Amino acid sequence: MAKTILHKAATRGHANHGWLDSHHTFSFANYYNPERMQFGALRVLNDDIVAGSRGFDSHPHDNMEIISIPLEGALEHKDNLGNTVITKAGEIQVMSTGTGVFHSEYNANADKHASFLQIWLFPNQLNVAPRYDQATINIRERKNSLQQLISPDRNGEGTWIYQDAWFHMGRFDKNTSTEYAVRKQGNGVYLFVISGAFSVNGQLLESRDGYGIQDEQQFNITALEDNAEILVIDIPMFS
Amino acid sequence: MDTGKLHILAIGRNAEIMTVMQRLLNTPDNWTGLAVTTNEAALSAFEEQQFDIVLLCAGITPEEEAILTAHFKQRTPGSIVKRHYGGGSGLLKNEILYALENK
Repeated sequence: MAKTILHKAATRGHANHGWLDSHHTFSFANYYNPERMQFGALRVLNDDIVAGSRGFDSHPHDNMEIISIPLEGALEHKDNLGNTVITKAGEIQVMSTGTGVFHSEYNANADKHASFLQIWLFPNQLNVAPRYDQATINIRERKNSLQQLISPDRNGEGTWIYQDAWFHMGRFDKNTSTEYAVRKQGNGVYLFVISGAFSVNGQLLESRDGYGIQDEQQFNITALEDNAEILVIDIPMFS
Repeated sequence: MDTGKLHILAIGRNAEIMTVMQRLLNTPDNWTGLAVTTNEAALSAFEEQQFDIVLLCAGITPEEEAILTAHFKQRTPGSIVKRHYGGGSGLLKNEILYALENK
């Protein structure tokens, strides 16, 4: 019997710092809800909007896999590993923070905001050497299908992380369906609607809703609107 | 002396991050903290001071975690020893609150 959890968009934590408008699916910073700590190894799912030329000053991270998925605009990333790069919509950024890394993220444009998903996973190995990676994704390949962004496979499509997790995104026409099969026995799946609306095994999901599914090996995803976009995170489950 | 504040010890190997942790642990009005980079410094501090929570940060191996946890819990039964993830920003407050609620 599948176990599910629905996180409606309006129930997320919210912090508006002026330069940063952030919604937190899970407890983060000053948003604390003991019922919303994680979904398996998925610990953070922040939906961030950063004002022009503003951003996060240099700060540290360790022992987390941090994935940034720009949705609009571009981010300038700098870190103490020597990387200075710009990531824009259609690209994906990964940091395996391991023993520790300092980085800053700024909106690369002065005249428009940048929006991105900031996702943190507990790693499957502690204290790895920090690494930064970035991949360019051909967005056209996600039309009416799920496109892999991340996997544990160093030679897989997209980029890789230190966790037995798979990320896919898809953009669908209305009434288009796909079946999703869980990639690893025991994993759960967390779905996050980026835009539009979907039905997932009959559950209505609207923009920015999140939906976790456990103990279900395969399920159906159907778009209810044109250009409906969804992120699918296949993730180990543990308390 | 009981100050009514939560007293937190953090141990990690990354000196720059532990400098940040030292600042973060002493930022809230109701917290005080000490961040150290060696097990020896942590054990010494634990002998001299009463900590409510011990955070094990990056660089501490699972073997060291087991040894340190056993030592702290033997020395002060009821003390909370937790892995800290993320390097301070974002998760620290949540980890502390959750640990206190679930001790």
